[in-house]
Amino acid sequence: MKNIKYDQLRAMLSLTKASLKALMRNPSAVVFNLVFPLIFILVFGFIGGSSFKIDVVFEKNSDTSNHIYKELAESNTITIIKNPDYQNVFSDLEKGRIDAVINIENSPSGQQIISLKTTKASPERGSILKMIISEIVSKQNLAFTEAKTPKTELKEIEIEGRKFKTIDFILPGQLGFSLLSAGVFGTAFIFISLRQTLVLKRFFATPVKKVYIILGESLSRLIFSIFTSIIIILLGYYIFGFTLVNGFVTLLNMLILSVIALIVFLGFGFVVSGIAKNESAVPPIANLITLPQFLLAGTFFPISNFPEWLQPVSRALPLTYLNEALRKISFEGAGIFDVWKDILIMLIWGVVIYSVAVKVFKWE
Amino acid sequence: MKENIIEVKNLVKKYNSLVAVDGISFNVRVGEVFGLLGPNGAGKTTTLEIMETLRDKTSGEVFINGLSVDENQNEIKKIIGIQLQAAGFYPNLYLNELIELFAGLYNVYTDPDELLDLVDLRDKKNSKYKELSGGQKQRFSVCTTLINEPKLIFLDEPTTGLDPQARRNLWELIKRIKAKGTTIMLTTHYMDEAEILCDRVGIIDHGNIIAIDSPDNLIDDLVRSGFERPKQVKLASLEDVFINLTGHSIRDV
Ligand SMILES: Nc1ncnc2c1ncn2[C@@H]1O[C@H](COP(=O)(O)OP(=O)(O)O)[C@@H](O)[C@H]1O
Ligand SMILES: [Mg+2]
Repeated sequence: MKNIKYDQLRAMLSLTKASLKALMRNPSAVVFNLVFPLIFILVFGFIGGSSFKIDVVFEKNSDTSNHIYKELAESNTITIIKNPDYQNVFSDLEKGRIDAVINIENSPSGQQIISLKTTKASPERGSILKMIISEIVSKQNLAFTEAKTPKTELKEIEIEGRKFKTIDFILPGQLGFSLLSAGVFGTAFIFISLRQTLVLKRFFATPVKKVYIILGESLSRLIFSIFTSIIIILLGYYIFGFTLVNGFVTLLNMLILSVIALIVFLGFGFVVSGIAKNESAVPPIANLITLPQFLLAGTFFPISNFPEWLQPVSRALPLTYLNEALRKISFEGAGIFDVWKDILIMLIWGVVIYSVAVKVFKWE
Repeated sequence: MKENIIEVKNLVKKYNSLVAVDGISFNVRVGEVFGLLGPNGAGKTTTLEIMETLRDKTSGEVFINGLSVDENQNEIKKIIGIQLQAAGFYPNLYLNELIELFAGLYNVYTDPDELLDLVDLRDKKNSKYKELSGGQKQRFSVCTTLINEPKLIFLDEPTTGLDPQARRNLWELIKRIKAKGTTIMLTTHYMDEAEILCDRVGIIDHGNIIAIDSPDNLIDDLVRSGFERPKQVKLASLEDVFINLTGHSIRDV
C-alpha cells in the first residue's frame, strides 16, 4: 500500500515552498533584500556620482615627451592607461570603459596639435577633461605671447556613445550587494535558528536526506532573490532610466549571473552559521564578510577611485567581479559568456568557501 | 504473547567518559503504551533518540519492528512518529502549512483539517506555533507525530510543564491514539501519569533499568515485600481538590 518509492525531490520542494512562505512573511528579509537597495538607488540616483577618475588613453603614435602629457600624468583626477588595448580603443571609448582618447602631434610648422576624442557614454568626464586640457593649453600659450600663431591648438571630437547615467553604475552595485547580504545573512540566521530550535533534528526524524534540506532551503533563497532582483531592475528601468542595452535578453543575462553569484554567497552564509554559536553572534561575523565588500567592491564608486595600495584588495573580492560583470552585461550588452573571467573568479571563491563550509557547518 | 515492536539488548551510550546508558535491555509489545520513568539525567532522552535513529549508540542492539537501527534507518523513520523534548517548528508558518511541510517530508498525502481535529486544534489552523499555549503546543507536537500514520510513536516528556487540565487533556489524546492500535513509547517523571497511561513501565536511573513491569505488579510487589506508607493516604489528593474546584475543561482556548 505505502510502498511507493520515497521521493527526495518532493520532500525538498515541500521545504522550499514552506521556506518561501516564511521568507515572504519575514519583514527583515524583505527590507534587506528590497527596501535597502531601493533606498540606496533612490539616494544615489538623485545625488549623482560626484567624485570620479577620468580614464585616458594616448594614441600609439602620440608625442608623450611634452609638457601637456606631463601635466595630465600628474593630475589626480586623470588616469593614463598604460599599455592599452589599441585595437579596441575606440569601441572601449564608445562603451565608456575609457573616457577619452588623446593624440598630440607636432606639425611641420612647429605647432602642437592636440586631438581630444571623448564619448557621450561619459559626457561629464569628457567635459571636465576638456576644461583641464584647455587650462594647460592656455597657460602654455600665454608663455608664448610673442608668437603670432598660438603654439598649441586643441581639436575636439566627441564620438557617439550610449549615455552612461549614474543609475547605470549604482543599480548593479546595489543588486550585487543585495545578493551578497541575502546569501550571507539569510542563510546564516535561518540555519542557526533551525538548529537551535531543533527543527533540523525533527527533520532528520523524517526520511529526507540532509543534502536535500540544504538544497531545499537554498532553492527558496534563490527564488526569493531572483524575485527581488527583477523588482529592483525593473523599477530602475522604468523609474530611473536604468539602461538594459538589449532589453529582455540583458535582464535574463543579469538574472543568470545573479543566480551564480548567490550560490557562491550562500557558501559564506553556511560558514557563518557554522562559526556563530547563536543568532546574536551572526551580525558581527556576517558584517565582517559583507561590509568590506560593500565598501571596497565598487558598489558606490569605481574601484579606480581608491588609492592604488587598496585596489589589489578590491580586486580580490568576489563582489567586485559580480558588480563589474553586471555592469558589463547591463550597459555594454555583454552576454553571460563574455563575462566568463568574472564568473570564473567567483567560482574559485565558491570552491574555496564551500570547502570551508563543509568543514565548519554544524547540524546540531 | 504479542510480538515486540521494539527490542533493545544491552544498549550502551557513552558521551566521552560519561556513561549515559549503561547496558539496558527491554522490549515493547505491539499496541501497548510503554513508559520510561526516571529522574532528570537518567538517560531517557538518550535512549529514545537512539531508538529514533537520531543518535549513534556505543554498543548493543536495537530493533524497531524487526529493523536494525544500524542498517535500516530510513525504513524505520517511515514507520515511526517522533515528538522531541523541547523541539520547535519552522518559524513563521501556520499550523496547516506545517502539516503540509511534514507531509512532503514524509511523502504522504494528508488532510490537515482531519489531523487538527484529532487534537482539537482545527480552529487554530491559521495560527502560528509560537502563538499557541503550552498545552496546545504539545497537542500540535503530538499531531505531527501522526502525519505518516506511524505504527509506533515516541513522546519525550509530553506533559512536562503543563497545568493539570492540559495534562489530563493530553492523557485523553494519548488514550485515543492507543485505541487506534498505535504503539506508544513515552517518557515521564510523573508517576500518576504513568499509572494512568502505561500498560508497562521501565524505571531507569543512572542509565540502568532497575525495574520493568506493569504499574499494578510493581505496586503489588512492593506491598508484598512489606512496604507501608508512613502515613495512610487520604482518599483524595490535593490535585483531585484542584481539579474538582477548577474543572476539567481546558484553559487555553
Ligand atoms: N549530547 C550530549 N553530550 C554529552 N552529554 C550528554 C548529551 N546528552 C545528554 N548527556 C548527558 O547524558 C545523561 C543523560 O541525559 P538524558 O538522556 O538527556 O537524560 P533524561 O532525558 O533522562 O533527562 C545526562 O547526564 C546528560 O547530561
Ligand atoms: Mg530528557
